[in-house]
Amino acid sequence: MATQDQEVLDLAESRRDYKYGWTTDIEQEFAPIGLSEDTVRFISAKKNEPEWLLEWRLKALRLFTKMTCPEWPFLPYGYEKPDFQAISYWAAPKQGPKSLDEIDPRILETYAKLGIPLEEAKVLLGVEGAAASAAEGKAKAKAMAAAQAEFETGAVSAEPRKVAVDAVFDSVSVKTTFQDELARAGVIFCSISEATHSHPDLVRKYLGSVVPVADNYYAALNSAVFSDGSFVYIPKGCKCPMDLSTYFRINAKGTGQFERTLIIADEGSEVCYLEGCTAPQRDENQLHAAVVELVAHKGAKIKYSTIQNWYPGDENGKGGIFNFVTKRGLCEGDDSHISWTQVETGSAITWKYPSVVLKGDRSKGEFYSVALTNLRQQADTGTKMIHIGRDTSSHIISKGISAGHGHNTYRGLVEVRKTATNARNFTQCDSLLIGDQCGAHTFPYIDVRNQTATCEHEASTTKIAEDQMFYCTARGISEEDAVSLLVNGFCKQVFSELPMEFAVEANKLLAVSLEGSVG
Amino acid sequence: MTPLLQIDNLHASVGEVSILKGINLTINPGEVHAIMGPNGSGKSTLSQILAGKEDYAITQGTVAYNGKDLLGLGPDERANEGIFLAFQYPVEIPGVSAMQFLKAAVNAKRKHHGEEELDAGSMLKLFREKAAQVKINPEMLKRNVNEGFSGGEKKRFEIFQMAVLDSVLGILDESDSGLDIDALKVVSDGVNSMRNGKRGFLLVTHYQRLLEHIVPDFIHVLVKGRIVESGGREVALELEKNGYAKYGIYQPAKH
Repeated sequence: MATQDQEVLDLAESRRDYKYGWTTDIEQEFAPIGLSEDTVRFISAKKNEPEWLLEWRLKALRLFTKMTCPEWPFLPYGYEKPDFQAISYWAAPKQGPKSLDEIDPRILETYAKLGIPLEEAKVLLGVEGAAASAAEGKAKAKAMAAAQAEFETGAVSAEPRKVAVDAVFDSVSVKTTFQDELARAGVIFCSISEATHSHPDLVRKYLGSVVPVADNYYAALNSAVFSDGSFVYIPKGCKCPMDLSTYFRINAKGTGQFERTLIIADEGSEVCYLEGCTAPQRDENQLHAAVVELVAHKGAKIKYSTIQNWYPGDENGKGGIFNFVTKRGLCEGDDSHISWTQVETGSAITWKYPSVVLKGDRSKGEFYSVALTNLRQQADTGTKMIHIGRDTSSHIISKGISAGHGHNTYRGLVEVRKTATNARNFTQCDSLLIGDQCGAHTFPYIDVRNQTATCEHEASTTKIAEDQMFYCTARGISEEDAVSLLVNGFCKQVFSELPMEFAVEANKLLAVSLEGSVG
Repeated sequence: MTPLLQIDNLHASVGEVSILKGINLTINPGEVHAIMGPNGSGKSTLSQILAGKEDYAITQGTVAYNGKDLLGLGPDERANEGIFLAFQYPVEIPGVSAMQFLKAAVNAKRKHHGEEELDAGSMLKLFREKAAQVKINPEMLKRNVNEGFSGGEKKRFEIFQMAVLDSVLGILDESDSGLDIDALKVVSDGVNSMRNGKRGFLLVTHYQRLLEHIVPDFIHVLVKGRIVESGGREVALELEKNGYAKYGIYQPAKH
């Protein structure tokens, strides 16, 4: 009986389709394979970088070669460490685009297929909404999307907003939309490569200011070989007129993607930034080692949302992206506010701890996370909240879902330093198990050096209850849909933090990622 | 005429314990049947078996729904074919709004019958219509399924779902328990508004009170897993007067 159940489970698992597993056939240019000073010089030369940046990279490379790979992440299945001499650190479409008309149509097609509009006439409404807006006229599409979102998320409908997109294809940014309109508000939104030329002072001042070059193993590697990512500067007092987003696509084989993103919100400004990621289905593991730095000055607010859907590998744990990412925000000024929201459904392995350094008095850090592991995925993710200023507060909501043979780990640090009088933290950490072959693990660290601090930690681990399943199926809902409905309910606290269009997409993504998890 | 539901000699058990010991019952389209019985008689087991709960072993007998075997279908298929169980203890589903839940149920049924999904606008219209029919406040639909609902709200929400899903056979498992008179009235008015020549209902109850509001065509008394008496209104009235004493069970049938 047990083996039969197992067979059903396996059969069900193999049905799971990764929707974004295709590749774009396009002529690309690569850096010579392997990691060396020459590689770093090659990348720097490709981007025509100033001397100081090349030196910065070379310093990072020297530090990296002296560092060792961390062993502490919890990976029950282990993994084969990437061979840094076997991959190429740069892959770019041969034809360098200038305007939309000049972009290779195959790249445009790639983004259209992903539901990411690179034409400014379209707004990002989620995959179906974007198509609808073109076909049926905007007003109708908007109303539809709003009603739809109300159903999908239970959220109160709002006008779908306009979104500017920076599209990163392997190692280069191929297009950034709405730049002119943003520039009129004083907002700088471009690829980081472009920013090193157009705004060298800003880049030099802030690059590595939150995540120093030798912060950790993969951050050092990224500092040496980073290729592209987004650069955002919001001027004083400016509420960014539209949401900004970056869409990362890995396409080329035998490469890694080394994203570098830097967002600066000057005094009293506000910005909402979104990022999405997908990659082709391959038997080899590919590396995505990113560094994201956020700086919020006095009274500024940054809201950063991620939907990560890298290829997760197959049911035997073959292939998939290694997602080794350092994300950190600095609440530099008083009354500043940084909020991370992440929905992590993809990748074979995820190590990621979006953190906030609460330096300014009364500054506020938030972390809302949904991490799902199915198949043989392994995720070790969480956050760090470092309280330095007075009256700082942090809020952590983590929802881990384990299905199939997946292992999900929450790892978090709440650190209250001596100076952080009246610091407050609230942490809620919930795990949901689907089936009996998966695991949920929690490593919360709390380090308090100030007597006036208040830290609260709540945790729960649950399985999907049989009475809930029967209640759903007795209403005609199939078992599979019932699971995804219950899981979406479990995640609602986090999804409600996402912009509406993203919340709808996250709901769908979760359903797809869970397909076949009930035997 | 093919009966809506035909139960023949149904035996069911949990583990070694035999609960239903040969039930026979026929419900024709348009009929309302009530099953009355004391605690532990097997009333709720019968309702749950009809809805497809898998905790029971059917050891003997058959159940036909519209002339076709019912026991081979999963609970979702039965629901999509028109069977609706109003739960005695409706289940909370945190984070899922009533609207989202019902949308999934309506579309599952439409898919089952080869129809297209309803778009958001038509769905809202359907909900408003049915809310008016069974007199519930549509604001309720914005809350999470049964979360923080009072006992009365939970039961009213069950009736609302039955109306939205347009059940063919409605099974009400002790829908009257724990209700004050106002809530009982809403529930029974809802059911009465759905009565017609095609729909059938099976009311499962311990107490006679519900039957004053929803007047059944037939009343059956279930004791220790067997139907021991069937008849009309007089059966309920006698139970009200004397309780279940006549069957050797000393429990009142009056609330």
